[in-house]
Amino acid sequence: MELVEGILKKDKRSAARLITLIEREDPKAVDALKKLYKYTGNSYIIGITGPPGAGKSSLVNELAKRMRAKGKTVGIIAVDPTSPFTGGALLGDRIRMQDLTLDPGIFIRSMASRGSLGGIAKATYDAINVLDAFGMDYIIVETVGVGQTEIDIVKVADTVVVVLVPGLGDDVQAIKAGIMEIADIFAVNKADREGADKLVTEIEMMLDLSQKEFLMRPPIIKTVATTGAGVDELEAKLNEHLNFILKEGLLAQRRKVKARENFMELIKFEIGKRIFQEKGQIIETLIDEIFEKNTDPYTAMEKLLQTIIKGES
Amino acid sequence: MQEGQTIRVLIAKPGLDGHDRGAKVIARALRDAGMEVIYTGLRQTPEQIVEAAIQEDVDVIGLSILSGAHNVLFPRVMELLKERGVDDILVIGGGVIPHEDIPYLKECGIAEIFTPGTPISQIIDFIKNNVKK
Repeated sequence: MELVEGILKKDKRSAARLITLIEREDPKAVDALKKLYKYTGNSYIIGITGPPGAGKSSLVNELAKRMRAKGKTVGIIAVDPTSPFTGGALLGDRIRMQDLTLDPGIFIRSMASRGSLGGIAKATYDAINVLDAFGMDYIIVETVGVGQTEIDIVKVADTVVVVLVPGLGDDVQAIKAGIMEIADIFAVNKADREGADKLVTEIEMMLDLSQKEFLMRPPIIKTVATTGAGVDELEAKLNEHLNFILKEGLLAQRRKVKARENFMELIKFEIGKRIFQEKGQIIETLIDEIFEKNTDPYTAMEKLLQTIIKGES
Repeated sequence: MQEGQTIRVLIAKPGLDGHDRGAKVIARALRDAGMEVIYTGLRQTPEQIVEAAIQEDVDVIGLSILSGAHNVLFPRVMELLKERGVDDILVIGGGVIPHEDIPYLKECGIAEIFTPGTPISQIIDFIKNNVKK
């Protein structure tokens, strides 16, 4: 079956194959994505992020089960880190999602980060479009276990859930910049452990101190993913957030920003690639000149730009 | 498969084994050999394994078994793959498997069986030389 046709007919193998081609940067992937683009924009995209071991996969599993119980279909993209040394990866998010494997309304794809440092992979952006065109009602993107600054998830998700657990640090951690600023919803997971209430208070205080005017103040939900406690409430808050951003016109606004950022990224990537392909030799020569101090990087850049604009080689 | 493409492997434990140390050692070794290894955990049915392999679009399925049920579960995996029209995934097996059972498993389409004591480098080489995609 042709890939695009297969995906529009909800054939999981076609979707799986196209995601592989995307990861391999195969030109066939771009052809398919061109045709699929007009079918995208109908899924609600949820980002789940947080530190390693916070229970992200288990929460995704519990959320997906509840969405399925309401008859909704769910696509899941779970990203785990690639080794910077060997290029290999161990993708273990499926272990927590075994119950979902045989559900016809679920598609799960494990994805290695392959050198991207923002918490998701380069292929994640396009893989979301594949599952969107496939017709999934929800797409849940689970990031790698993140620290503080890996926040690319905001570039793809309509709603971001930051999952935290008690015992990771004092209240200064909560006022640091980065990941704490991107949450639309906080989930305090493993809430049956000591320190959960204290963590909730710390997040509340951080939100109180925020100078940013919240259109919707991020709610904080206590969950225990292993028992499912609090997950109903988390799901309700997700729907509440979706309804809010729909009603206020924020969804369209967010998606326009995303379209812009993604196109800008694409421009940078493709133009960079073309320049390295076509001007590789000139670039190498300029590097030598810079290293020998025969020129400086700024003049070298101007020279390179001149050859590009004039089309010289 | 073209040179330099990342090999994706599903390591699966079919049936009722209670532990997976061997599977994890293999998963780790393949990861260190530059492969992307998807590990799905214990007690998988053949149906779950085949569905996961399709969604993950893997090049290789590695079945690990200690329970003795390999003569039932391995052929079932091959049967399901055939039913789904999948013929481009390399399937290998490992675990406590008597030598006299190996010919039957190969007849069913398992490309190779690795028994305890096999050097891991041998498994890696076998995968690299035999992936079909």
